[in-house]
Formats: sequence, structure tokens, C-alpha cells
Amino acid sequence: MTTETGIGTKEPVVRLRGVSKEFPGVLAVDGVDLDILPGEVHVVAGENGAGKSTLMKLLSQVERPSSGTVELAGEPVEYHGPGHAQHLGVAMVYQEFALAPDLSVAENLYLGREPGRFGFVNRGKEMEEAGGLLRRVGLNVGPRRLVAGLTVAEMQRVEIAKALAIDAKVVIMDEPTATLAEREIEDLFGVIKALTDDGIAILYISHRLDEIFRIADRVTVMRDGKVVDTLPISELDEDKLVRLMVGREIGNLYPKPDVDVGDVLLRVSGVKRGEKLKDCSFEVRAGEVLGFAGLVGAGRTELARAVFGADRVDGGAVELEGRKLKIKKPQDAIEAGVGYLTEDRKGEGLALQLGVDQNITLANLPMTRGLISLKEEGRIARKRRDELNIRTPSIRRRVQVLSGGNQQKVVVARWLETEAKVLFFDEPARGIDVGAKAEMFGLIGDLAQEGRGIVLISSYLPELLNMCDRILVMREGEVAGVIGREEFSEERVIALATGTGEAA
Amino acid sequence: MTEGTANGTTRGNALRDRLSDFVSQIAAAGALIVVFVFLSFASPDFLTADNLFNIGSQTAVVAVIAVGMTLVIITAGIDLSVGSVAALAGVMGALLMSSVGLPMPLAALGGTLVGAACGLTNGLLVSVAGLNPFIATLGMLSVARGIVYIATDAQSVFGLPDSFRLLGQGVVAGGIPIPVVIIIAVAIAGYVVLSRTRLGRYAYAMGSNLEAARLSGIPIRRYLTSVYVISGALAGFGGMIAASRVASGQPNYGIGLELDVIAAAVIGGASLFGGQGTVVGTLIGAFLIALIRNGAVLLNVNTFYQQVIIGVIIWIAVFWDQYRRRKLASASE
Ligand SMILES: Nc1ncnc2c1ncn2[C@@H]1O[C@H](COP(=O)(O)OP(=O)(O)OP(=O)(O)O)[C@@H](O)[C@H]1O
Ligand SMILES: [Mg+2]
Repeated sequence: MTTETGIGTKEPVVRLRGVSKEFPGVLAVDGVDLDILPGEVHVVAGENGAGKSTLMKLLSQVERPSSGTVELAGEPVEYHGPGHAQHLGVAMVYQEFALAPDLSVAENLYLGREPGRFGFVNRGKEMEEAGGLLRRVGLNVGPRRLVAGLTVAEMQRVEIAKALAIDAKVVIMDEPTATLAEREIEDLFGVIKALTDDGIAILYISHRLDEIFRIADRVTVMRDGKVVDTLPISELDEDKLVRLMVGREIGNLYPKPDVDVGDVLLRVSGVKRGEKLKDCSFEVRAGEVLGFAGLVGAGRTELARAVFGADRVDGGAVELEGRKLKIKKPQDAIEAGVGYLTEDRKGEGLALQLGVDQNITLANLPMTRGLISLKEEGRIARKRRDELNIRTPSIRRRVQVLSGGNQQKVVVARWLETEAKVLFFDEPARGIDVGAKAEMFGLIGDLAQEGRGIVLISSYLPELLNMCDRILVMREGEVAGVIGREEFSEERVIALATGTGEAA
Repeated sequence: MTEGTANGTTRGNALRDRLSDFVSQIAAAGALIVVFVFLSFASPDFLTADNLFNIGSQTAVVAVIAVGMTLVIITAGIDLSVGSVAALAGVMGALLMSSVGLPMPLAALGGTLVGAACGLTNGLLVSVAGLNPFIATLGMLSVARGIVYIATDAQSVFGLPDSFRLLGQGVVAGGIPIPVVIIIAVAIAGYVVLSRTRLGRYAYAMGSNLEAARLSGIPIRRYLTSVYVISGALAGFGGMIAASRVASGQPNYGIGLELDVIAAAVIGGASLFGGQGTVVGTLIGAFLIALIRNGAVLLNVNTFYQQVIIGVIIWIAVFWDQYRRRKLASASE
């Protein structure tokens, strides 16, 4: 996506020299030098906890660097907080959080900088300019719409429009596609292209290799807080990028073991819930990995939540090992031996203010004589930390300050502790690095090998095609079909998911 | 951070993580010591056995109720009804002795149970009816006070047995006031509940992220209700101690008491956003408030100024809490 002039000839908009950031017990960013050129898409890649997000926060002045200098447009900048960075043209695209839901789109765009004088807002002007900005980011909603009614993708677009409103030179996007559907991702890439054509630099963090190779002009790889290398995308291929990130070869990303699939463990029949779920039935066998495929909104998460008792249902039956279960709330499901890893770990998965240890044992506290055994709790937490390679300076650290991927691993550890017979993994690989992904899928394979039944929900087809024994495809709240491993192909899944072509 | 250095400093980090949970307590304890030392010099009457025991006894009511309040605040709730509930329990307990003729221990238990019943109502309103804790307990504040006036016709209840004075005025062997013994017992129980039982752990989890707690299989309603029952029971028990101190059931007792109780918890590091708070911190907070009140009396400061000082301290404590949170939140998102 570079424009005609060669990259080497431009003046960098951002120049970092020897920038470091230390947290208690962690050198999160360690002496980083980095140049960002106007109009480039600069991807920052690296393992969970490598320091990518922290580096972005140093640039957007959410955090104060411990040492080093940050230059914007050739001028060294002082630390004065996020407002100051915005003023200097650095915008960060947060997901939904930074918008005021009860204000309109236009009001959000100009929050704090309303056009007009003497405390009066010039609404006509505001609406007119907002309309222009929304068109630039390809958003088809009226500036008067309340933000509360927008989808996640639309909110993200408003965030980008906000960046344009402050005339940003650099726009930072930290895992922006994590919560988007395939088609929304395409649209986002279109917008990014338009921005870079206008000379705006994009700093982009992602764990998805396919994405990186599609949009990056240059890639900076971080490891343990340091920059390993910055390379133009043309000098990289997947293997090389992975090696730079994790410092070793990753054998097989999807290590699926050969398991003899046993008897039916879980049988779900006729689950209904309003318009979202229409008469869904499926079964999971011991040792089997069953995939849930479908477009975003097809009802995969809803189906898992319904079985788990997280939402009320209008009807349906669940049997585990031949016994009929009465699941009214998650507690019932867990006691029976069914677990569910949520897709939204911050909102639904973690108690952010509790320690890593306390989060791991939350669903299954080690008790002796009516009291929590703190010793046992520590032992369990350390065991899982080592097993899943959770990077934290201590098991008592609040999960709030862990990096995104390590938070995900903490949730996984909690469910491993429950010894569930059937486990639903909802987008388990979202936000975790390639190394951890391989570990995660290895783990899923191990769990299946132990004879548990696994349901894997994913929007990324290669994960399903590689890991699953069967794939159940959902469309508009219905089970559109189930495909066996010998018939797996991307086309078949897509045909079922979209309702085009011949059915199964 | 390589694995090597991580392991090398694991111990130090674990210690630091533990300490960082105590920052507000350390601050509150510092304030406590400063006030203590100041009063020791400022008033010759302060550092006497009589006065110190007196402070201990005076603190008992606030401290006992504040332990329950801490539990509620940890779940991101609040119990505004404790003052009214204490009055109701004190009056009912007094009536049980004067009118029904129950012996002191049974009457004390009765008063505590009245408090627990109020707490149960609060708990059900919050966890089953889904009312906001602020509103549910604000209603109870008014309801309980109304019942007190109805039951007593706004008259004090006298004619209590002498044995009742023990609770708030008695001493055990060695001259230690019984209220101080009660503080210690309740504090130990509260500490164990918070750090070592399901109830305590789930309280922190629910206050930190209710949905995560629910999806982890925690029976939210039951535990949330229990928390309010405990707060109500302790308010009831506190009301009995207060009644014993004046040897009567006072319908007007405890108006505004919730402020001191909430202040004690918040000064000690309990966060109104939930997920945070400790018994030790709350005790420090309760004693800090008691010292300020006591000092004001000794130094002949107008009692109205006490109100002002305590209000300002609440501001500082809450500001400090929010400041720390904002730093953490910005660091994690
Ligand atoms: N406020 C904080 N206090 C303490 N440690 C922190 C804080 N913020 C980040 N860290 C630590 O700094 C390191 C780098 O974290 P960072 O979030 O930058 O990683 P990341 O590269 O974005 O990882 P991910 O891919 O998982 O999102 C981690 O070890 C993390 O635990
Ligand atoms: Mg990150």
C-alpha cells in the first residue's frame, strides 16, 4: 500500500529512541528505536507480553516512558497525557470503550472540541463536518444516531473518524480485528488503505499472520520488550516471521492427535431461544473435537451459552452420558461437568482485581475442612502457570495488568481446573500469539485424548479444518449441516454458512 | 523479561504484589499513628488507661458494623440501613428483656436476629428483585426507623436488667473491656471469612466482575443475599452493644451512623467500585474515626467540627481510591 515515492526517502512522523518502560518486576519495553513513516502500515508483531501494547501507550502518552525520547514530526515531545498526544496528531482506536453511548455519533466525534463559540455549540456545523468524516471512513450511519445502537464494527469506525477529526498523523490500532466478522475486516482494510493514501501512518498490532501479510508495508517484531528487527514485508514469509517472534521453530500449529472417538458424551436436542436459536440439536463424543462454524451472528455463541445455562432457553433437552440434565444456570452445568470458555474474557471471563491464582481457582476452590487451602491454591496456580506458560512476574499479580494473551490463558487454566467432561472453547485463539496458539491447540488435543468432548467455536476456518473431527455449521440460528472430517473443505463450510450452493 | 530474570525475582514480586494490596491500609495506619502521637502531646488526659479503654468501647459499635459493611462494599454494594437497623435491634432487644422478660444473652441474640431479618430483606431486594443496593437499603433505612417509632411510640425503653450492662460496659479478667474483646472476636471471624471461605472469595469475585462470577458457577443470589444478612446481623449486634452502653433502647439511636461505618471501611481501603477491602483496614479506619472524635472532646473542639473533619477524610480516602484505580485502568486498557 505504499505510495509511489520510495519509503526510504520520507521523513519519519514518529521517531522513538531508546524508549523503555518499567513496571514492577517487568521491563515491558526495553530500549526501543523505531521510525514510523507517513502513509505506511506499520505492523508490530510479537508474543503475548512482548510489550506491543505498552509501546503504543508510550506513543499515545497513556503511559509515561521510564527513559528515552519520543519525537513527532522531528520535534521531541514531553509527556503530558493522552490529550496532549491527540493534540499532536497521535490517535488511538480503542474498541467501544472510549465512546459515550448516550451521545450521538457527531457529539462523540467532537467531544471536548465542539465547534462554536462562547460555550454554545454550533450544531449545524458539527453535523455537516461529521457527515463528511463518516463518509471518509465509509460509515453509513447518520451523525445524529446514538452510539449505543451501533455495532462493534460501527463504533470502531466512529473511533477512526474521531482520529480524522483531530487531524491525526498517526493512528494506532491494537488488535482491531479481534471482534470483527470477516466482511467487516475487509471493510476496515479498505478504510486503512484510504487513510494511508492520504499520508496517515497506521500502527497496527495483530496476531493474525494472514492479516499481517495482507496489509503491512513494514513489520517490527518485538520480543521481551526489545525490537528484534524491522523489515519490509517483502523480505518476510510466515516461517521467518514466526521464528523472529518466538525465537524458535514452531513445528505444527495444529497438533491434532489421533484419537479413537468413543461414545456419545453430550446430546443436545431441540434447543430454542426466540429468534436466535431455532431447534438446534447436536452431539459430542468422547475424545472428539466438534467445530462450530458460521458467520458472526449465526448463533454459535448463543448455542453454547444456552447449553451451558448462561442464557434462558425456550425449550430443549441436554443429556450427559445418557443422564438427562436440568441446566438452569451455569452452576448446574459446571456441577454436571460442562464448561464454557467465554469469547469476551474481560467482560465475562476475568475478575480483573483478583490475582492470577484466585482467578484460576475461581470455579473450583481447593477446600480443606471448610476453608480455602491457600497452599493448595498456590500449588495449583503455579502448576497451571508453568503448564500454559502464563507470563506473570508472580501468581499473585492482578490479572488486570497481564497482557491480553496471558489473560486468555488464565481463563483456560480455570476451566482445566474444573475437570469438565465437555468443554466449549469460544474463540480460544483470539488475541494470543502463534506460540501460545500452538500450545492452546496442543492442549485441546490433549484434552480430547483424555476422553473429554471438545466443542471449538471459531471464525477462522483453518483452525476448525485442522483441529476438528466434525464441523457443525450454523446459519441464522439453525444447524445448517454437519460435515465429517473426510469431507472437509473450506468451500463446503462456506456454502453451508451462507446458504449458497448445494446443502450437505 | 526473560524466564531467567522472572524466576530470579519471583519472590520479591510476590511480596510486592501482596504489599500493593495493603497500600491504603498502610496510609490509613500512618494517619492513625500521627493522630495518636499528636493527641498524646496535645492532651494530658489522652494517654490514660481509662481514656484508651473508653475509646476501645466507643469504637466497638462502629467497628463491628463496619466489618459487615466491608463485606457488602467488596461486592460493589452498600448498606445505608445499618443505623436504623441498629436502633431497631437495640429497641427490640430491650423490649425482649423489659416486656417479655428474656435473659440478657437471649435478648442479645434476638436483637441480632432482628438485624439479620432486615439484612435478609435487603439481600433479597438486591439479588432477587434486582434493586440497586443504594435504593434497597435506603428504603430499609426509612422502613426500619419507622418500625422503631411505631413499636416504641418514639419513647425510650427502660427497665433493663443490670446484667445487660455487661455487653457494652463490662470488663473481663485483667480489666479489658468486653467491647474490645468483641471487636477482636468479630475482626478475627471477619478476617477468616474474607480470606479463607467461599463466601469471602466469592464476594471479591462478584464485586470485581459479576458476570464472570456467574459464568464460573458461583450461586450469585445466595452469596449476595448472605452478605447483606451478615451486614444486618452485625448491625443488629452493634445496636445491642450501643443499647447496653446507655442501658436502654433508644429509638433515635444511630441516625447518621452509616456515615461513620462507611467511612471506616473506605478509609481502610475498601473500594466502592467493589473487589477490594480488608478487615484490618476497616478496623484502622474505625479507630481513626474514634480517635478524632475522642480528641475533639478532649481538646474542647466543637462537636460540629468533627462532622466536617470526618467528611473531609472521606473525600480524601475516596479520592485516593479512585486515583489508584484510574492509574490501573489506564495501564490495562
Ligand atoms: N500496568 C502494568 N503494571 C504491571 N505490568 C504491566 C502493566 N502493563 C503491562 N504490564 C506487563 O508488561 C508486559 C508487556 O505487556 P503488553 O500488554 O505490552 O504486551 P503485548 O505485547 O501487548 O501482549 P499481548 O499480545 O498479549 O496483548 C507484560 O508482561 C505485562 O504483564
Ligand atoms: Mg496487547
